[in-house]
Amino acid sequence: MNLSDLYYRLKALFPLGELTEQRPALAFITLPAEFLRPTLLHLRDREGFTHLVLLTAVDWIEEGRFQLTYLLSNRTQACDIGLRVMIKRPASGLATMDSIHDVWPTAATYQRELREMFGIDFPGSPRIEEEFILEGWNDIPPYRRDFDTLKYANASFNQRPGRETRDPATHMKQQMYPDMNPGGTT
Amino acid sequence: MSYVPDRSQYPAKKADGTLDIDLTSGKYLKLWQGPNHPGITGNMSVELTVCGDEVVEGKTHVGYLHRGFEKLMERRTFIQCFPIVCRICVPEPDFNEYCYAAAVEELAGIQSPVRSDWIRTLILEMGRINSYMMYLGGQAGAFGLGVIAQWTTYVRDLMLDRFEELTGARIYHMFIMPGGVRDGLPEGFDQRMEETLCEMERTLKDVYEVMFCNAVFKKRSVGVGVIDPAWLEDYGVTGPNARAAGVAKDVRKDQPYLVYPELDFAPVTGQDSDIYTRADVRRRDVLVSIDLIRQILAKMPRSGPLMAKVPNVLHWKIPRGETYIRGECSRGEYGYYLVTDGSGYPRRVNVRGPSYTHAMALLERMIVNVNISDVAGLMVSLHTYPPEIER
Repeated sequence: MNLSDLYYRLKALFPLGELTEQRPALAFITLPAEFLRPTLLHLRDREGFTHLVLLTAVDWIEEGRFQLTYLLSNRTQACDIGLRVMIKRPASGLATMDSIHDVWPTAATYQRELREMFGIDFPGSPRIEEEFILEGWNDIPPYRRDFDTLKYANASFNQRPGRETRDPATHMKQQMYPDMNPGGTT
Repeated sequence: MSYVPDRSQYPAKKADGTLDIDLTSGKYLKLWQGPNHPGITGNMSVELTVCGDEVVEGKTHVGYLHRGFEKLMERRTFIQCFPIVCRICVPEPDFNEYCYAAAVEELAGIQSPVRSDWIRTLILEMGRINSYMMYLGGQAGAFGLGVIAQWTTYVRDLMLDRFEELTGARIYHMFIMPGGVRDGLPEGFDQRMEETLCEMERTLKDVYEVMFCNAVFKKRSVGVGVIDPAWLEDYGVTGPNARAAGVAKDVRKDQPYLVYPELDFAPVTGQDSDIYTRADVRRRDVLVSIDLIRQILAKMPRSGPLMAKVPNVLHWKIPRGETYIRGECSRGEYGYYLVTDGSGYPRRVNVRGPSYTHAMALLERMIVNVNISDVAGLMVSLHTYPPEIER
């Protein structure tokens, strides 16, 4: 299947955004959130993309938005389509997106994880408010970019005495060129 | 004819479709299988609600092994991620190394050398056999056949010896890195591998006779834990779980990678989709992998570069982009979704492990109306590894 042709077929039906052809069998398409469901249903029922490979998020904090990626696969045609949906990223509190658990039941698990790890809510998704991986977590969602893992680890865990942490680039420079860094370790 | 109860109204459902289970009625009981339980596959647990000895609801709980790999990788340079990805899945770590390396190579515009692709394929097939050996022991053990695990652990250890001489490590090999592989085959490797494969074939013959021809194993696995083929797409079922249902889903054939197009094999399938069929598909898949290893050793180039030229890894920046790389691991489709933003660190890494769908939504669906004593066997038959669920 030519994914570029598919893109133009879809574009005749839905107001699609940018197309990125990563390789002949993998393309990513950006589309508005409100057209996700009809596009998913069209791809699943009319174009043979019956396998939901994954659903995940990317935090573009500097742009103030989350990217949700719905990766679909067409096994017969041996090709994949990634649908990118950009949603508003609130500085605090939950972002919201429509649930697709009725399109693919397995999506409910992905949505539960996204709510916990990114703070993206999918109202109506089964057991969406149940804890998935974390237990008793009351900090900001940990997979958001503004969650500082190092700061959290320093505050939460005792460090083993004698452990040193170095910046790899600086350390290797000192190791390889000790004469240029008289103060560095050898 | 045995009595088949009508479960259409049992347990009753509330208006919102959830089960109406009153734990104070004395009719139902909560029973936790795991996280410390011989019938659980790794660090996870299943919260069972039982009525008598029948499960009416099951909820999978994970998080006992969450190490936050995906987040940790956002703080590490591309080469620093390489030695940690294998730790995401202990029994079959090499797919993490391959998928990560291939994703980085694609976004950075690097082509791995042909010879390294052959060695990568060899390693992935060796790892597949090891994973299946661990599974066969666990599946037999779930039904009380403890000796099978001792035999399969023995031949798995022989394969770990081959891993050790090839990579220097038994479990976490850290061998497939962005750009290629760390080294070629050691001298005499082919001969020792052939001896290991012959020993494995002998052991598999014994396993077949003692496990697959065993009346107890058949009685408890035939017709139990059936995956309806209609569920495959709903629940993202891949690998042997799908192939046992008669659907020849195999990434090695559907979207060939590495040197699989040059190898002669056919995906192993079954029809009955029960525990027995899934176990048998995996047993036969080991034989396919043994054959593939022989083909690889016979066909692979013995000279040529093992590593492509990669930028200075301390200052390696990859342009903005995203990709998805998949492979067929012993449990099904394993994949890495990698997003880069032009910096020296991954913007986002998402690991798609087959257990994510098999042990969560699919298991919760299948476990209803199962007898408590079959829960362990059913769970093991899905061949799930919890670390790839919670990463």
